[in-house]
Amino acid sequence: MTAARAAQAHLADNVLYFVRVLRAAGLPVGPAKVIDALAAIEAVGLDNRSDFREALAAVLVSRREHLPIFEQAFDMFWRNPRLLEKMIAALLPRIQGRVSDPADDLPARLAQAMLPPPRTVPDDAQETDLDAALSFSSREVLQHKDFATMTVDELAEVKALLRKMSLPLPAQRVRRTIAASRGRAIDLRATLRASVGAGGALTPLHFRARRRRPPPLCVLCDVSGSMDRYARMLLHFLHAVTNDRHRVQVLTFGTRLTNITRHLRHRDVDVALARVSGAVEDWAGGTRIGTCLMEFNRKWSRRLLGQNAVVLLISDGLDADAGEGLAFEAERLAKSCARLVWLNPLLRYAGFEARPAGIRALLPHVDDFLPVHNVETLTDLAHALAHPRQRRAGITAAA
Amino acid sequence: MATGGPRAARSLSGRKPRCVHRAVESRTHASRAPTVKQQHTPAQPPSNVDATLALLEQHDYVAERRLATAVFLALKLQRPLFLEGEAGVGKTEIAKVLAAGLARPLVRLQCYEGLDTAGAVYEWNYPRQMIEIRLAEAAGGVERGELSHDIFTTRFLLRRPLLQALSPEDGAPPVLLIDELDRADEPFEAYLLEVLSDYQVTIPELGTIRAHTPPVVVITSNRTREIHDAIKRRCLYHWVDYPDAARELAIVARKCPAASASLAREVVAFTQRLRTLDLFKSPGIAETLDWAEALVALDRITLDPQTVADTLGALLKYQDDVAAITPDVAARLVREAQAEQA
Repeated sequence: MTAARAAQAHLADNVLYFVRVLRAAGLPVGPAKVIDALAAIEAVGLDNRSDFREALAAVLVSRREHLPIFEQAFDMFWRNPRLLEKMIAALLPRIQGRVSDPADDLPARLAQAMLPPPRTVPDDAQETDLDAALSFSSREVLQHKDFATMTVDELAEVKALLRKMSLPLPAQRVRRTIAASRGRAIDLRATLRASVGAGGALTPLHFRARRRRPPPLCVLCDVSGSMDRYARMLLHFLHAVTNDRHRVQVLTFGTRLTNITRHLRHRDVDVALARVSGAVEDWAGGTRIGTCLMEFNRKWSRRLLGQNAVVLLISDGLDADAGEGLAFEAERLAKSCARLVWLNPLLRYAGFEARPAGIRALLPHVDDFLPVHNVETLTDLAHALAHPRQRRAGITAAA
Repeated sequence: MATGGPRAARSLSGRKPRCVHRAVESRTHASRAPTVKQQHTPAQPPSNVDATLALLEQHDYVAERRLATAVFLALKLQRPLFLEGEAGVGKTEIAKVLAAGLARPLVRLQCYEGLDTAGAVYEWNYPRQMIEIRLAEAAGGVERGELSHDIFTTRFLLRRPLLQALSPEDGAPPVLLIDELDRADEPFEAYLLEVLSDYQVTIPELGTIRAHTPPVVVITSNRTREIHDAIKRRCLYHWVDYPDAARELAIVARKCPAASASLAREVVAFTQRLRTLDLFKSPGIAETLDWAEALVALDRITLDPQTVADTLGALLKYQDDVAAITPDVAARLVREAQAEQA
């Protein structure tokens, strides 16, 4: 009797711990799920292993893309103790290069979740003080630190920050209308319905106004060698933006143009980025901005830039072709979108000068020229975009 | 707004709210496709791809076999046909030719941003409804439930293209052309899903209206934005490409018989060469035909560089493209086009 109860308590502990692991791996499982999971286990019993697994899955997984994480976690947690060794191996720092296969990445993420966070060797008595100080100021420091100078840990922390960001572009009025008490057009349909409801009596008029919605967004992200570090970080940001709102298109360019929107739409950021690096063939290579913009203008601009799209061009403007043909294509791009915003990490330098030919060719045609090298600039981006611009003026003079 | 226009020609019986009735009449006729007025005895759809090809050819549409197959399948499987392609390659024309070939009325819905149910499906005739309410009031003893029941009947319904296509007044299922869907916004696309998969629309006050026989649906898109996969999934997809020289020549011969055979050959050879150049917008078939007609209007019987330079506006619609065809390039293209004839 007591033995059975003890076993049950042990099982409950394990389930609790398993749920924590899943939570740490990014699955949205609240405390209530533990109770549900225990109830489910009680209902199906412990006789059949696969029933046990399906019961847990039914309760704990609510999205298709979470299923592989769950399955791997389940295998590791409930069956194969040797897998733990693999996990530890997966945690070891990888040689920097292409992001590996998504299947390989999942264990790494799980391993992070299952193992307790690595403790920095405590400095005896000062431990608590230090902790408090670190958590506050480290975030502060991260806000301002350049992506290119961050350590692996800092990058990981910033990635988590970037994933939560959004890009609220100011909404434009569209031609579709919506019921509004202060609208300008009379809503005859609603007025008449109200009138019929009142037995044909005269009722106040109902109105409609034009709806507002954010414009389509098209991002052109430079993934050449000089932009490598930034591009990797920004892809986390772009993944968040792509999944946050409708009508976002993301293309990368280096020596060629690649549309990665479909890959970025995958909800799981690791899988999405793995697919992106599979699709982008010119990663960390040279840059031919003019050629790529020409390809964009010819093949994509008419498909993506309808309905007053805003274009974000993320590039350092360092061009292998020395800006040849770039001015022409940049002008065409600027003319076919509602607003062209250039985000340039080089702007972080106080003494930035528009010397390189590529930058000089691009500058006259952009509406906004903004820095993008740390978390703070990305946060400010939303603010900068929300404010009225002077259309294509003053930027050359400022540079 | 369904206010009456001055065009109302016929007046109905001498009943009281005369102007309102006239308004209805003029409106209904204005929104109908012109072909509706002919009497239709729908022809049998073609029984195989060759018959489809012949049917299209009969009505001066020179189609490639792949397109004919797509059309045949659309008719046979009763699925919408989704046509995508550059401007001026004959997407809209297919719907017109199908309507003529199958002897069915053509109902055309031109899409634009903000297109809503009031423009695409139905609208209540508000002025008429208001008069009805006033009349009921004047008669006295209005009962609310009854009033709302009387007001929202088909008598007060203005039928827009989609509803016309699903419940045609004369019973013949028409050809429904949903033109340039990429110009409409996503909410309208989402609305179309119900129409395209079940051939039905729901009017809250009346209920669901379902087509007895589904119309032949042709959707076109210029690809100014991507249409959602959910729409495409319900349709047969066909990319309408530029024609090859032989087919384009056949088209010019059909559509612009005034051009001599040798001029037509030169025109086609020139346009085909033009499409191989790196242009922002290559000329479509519509442009080729325009150009051929322009040359006929100028009484030219053969191409020369000067004429080409003077009439380039019929072919190319972007200044950058026009500037790219310098006199040298034009002369070279003319030479090559004429050498091909010899």
